[in-house]
Amino acid sequence: MCGIVGIYLKTTKFEIDLGRMLSGMLNNMESRGPDSAGFAIYKNSNKDEYKYSLCINDLDFNKFKNDISNKIKNFTLSQHSDHVIVKTTEIPKKFIKIINKEFRDVSLVGYGRSIEIFKQVGNPKDIVKKFNLESFSGTHGIGHTRMATESAITTDGSHPYSTGEDECLVHNGSLSNHNNLRRELKKKGNTFNSENDTEVAAGYVSNSLSNNNSLKDTLMSGLKDLDGFYTFITGTRNGFAVVRDEIACKPAVIAETNNYVAIASEFQAMAHLPDVNNAKIFEPEPGVVYSWGN
Amino acid sequence: MKLDLKKLKLRNINEQLQNIDRRVNDRNFTIINPEGNHAVCAGLTDEMNVNIKGHVGYYCAGMNQKANITIEGNAGTGVAENMMSGKVHVKGNASQSAGATAHGGVLIIDGDASSRCGISMKGVDIVVKGSVGHMSGFMSQAGNLVVCGDAGEALGDSLYETNIYIRGKIKSLGADCVEKKMDKKHIKKLNLLLKQANIKNQKAESFKRYGSAKKLYNFKIDNISNY
Repeated sequence: MCGIVGIYLKTTKFEIDLGRMLSGMLNNMESRGPDSAGFAIYKNSNKDEYKYSLCINDLDFNKFKNDISNKIKNFTLSQHSDHVIVKTTEIPKKFIKIINKEFRDVSLVGYGRSIEIFKQVGNPKDIVKKFNLESFSGTHGIGHTRMATESAITTDGSHPYSTGEDECLVHNGSLSNHNNLRRELKKKGNTFNSENDTEVAAGYVSNSLSNNNSLKDTLMSGLKDLDGFYTFITGTRNGFAVVRDEIACKPAVIAETNNYVAIASEFQAMAHLPDVNNAKIFEPEPGVVYSWGN
Repeated sequence: MKLDLKKLKLRNINEQLQNIDRRVNDRNFTIINPEGNHAVCAGLTDEMNVNIKGHVGYYCAGMNQKANITIEGNAGTGVAENMMSGKVHVKGNASQSAGATAHGGVLIIDGDASSRCGISMKGVDIVVKGSVGHMSGFMSQAGNLVVCGDAGEALGDSLYETNIYIRGKIKSLGADCVEKKMDKKHIKKLNLLLKQANIKNQKAESFKRYGSAKKLYNFKIDNISNY
């Protein structure tokens, strides 16, 4: 099953409320995915700075602070339960190398100039509370509640998956050709942290975007290359898109107003959104890519 | 009587409507704040009018008997699934599998219905004022499916005795589904259905009728590619 939700603000009106809007959406999708949950929030930040979202089980914050200060200079840390956001000017290539080499217990769940990602096993309502999602502001956000089918219930098996700078993807469904595709993408230089099918879809998107294809074109070619059942929501720094496979067994509803576009597996996830009863509400058609921003 | 889904539990509302006092003549109910809840008004068995003010989730008015249910909004997957009798009217759009396996009654959708509308229908009359998605009327067995707009891919695949009436364009017909002649009795029936759905500006003659070529009723090795 799984529940997917996303919201893209077309104006600045609701930026301060983004976290509150998204947390209501995730809470209402608990019934579709009680095993784990996660969300990505996009918020513009300092141009020279990168944000690295780290998940550290059994986090000892002071120890981590001490350890990381031995490796990099000029950084700030913010703790959100068992996640830490590191803000620094260190470039991804160097930072990721340090994390992989020196911090074995730390998993990098995402990075970029605007994205922050939080995900963990457990009930979505608890996870929303634990990371205090309601307090977040931002320009767009994507969330997921997971009912595990394809791989184990772990943090690595939780969505959203981020396999590139400021990119993320959530998925309701299952892919049947992910093993083949993973092998092909590995040959092209992609790396994967799990056996999960969705991570392969995220990797596919990253690979295509890094070849300067647009998000829309990437998902269009994905319709041919990704075999299985899916509704995907993907986010980039300034973009937001949704696509359903051509059989369209996996549900999705879009509500669009002048101020925002919201998408969810079921309408009940959006029932609390402002002015939703006057929104244009429609189901994305099978095999059609819907995108906003770029 | 007004029933507020924000204040009352869905189960309480459904139980109340499923067990109304038959001696009471006031049979008008309004449900407010449905907020996309699933199974609203499922399993009603008595004559009554229920007006739902807003969007509903999955399986709204499922298994309906005799009740007249209006949804002033959109409906999720499987609206009026397995309906036996009565009337369900969706004023917005309906998601996939609208009227699935329904045996009787009338389902009217003012907007569009997405894929698999009327899948395996067994006698219901479905009137869609907009368009329907792919695989609509799949394995449908009896009843009428009327679509004033267009139909998606594989319309009426492997259908049995259902009559499908389409006014707009069809992306493709499914296996064993063919265009059939409109006889007087079909025009009469279609006019009746259009009238019932309060459609005044469209004439039965502007529709085309589709049904089963009956080549797949019994297994024939020559048709193996169609199965």
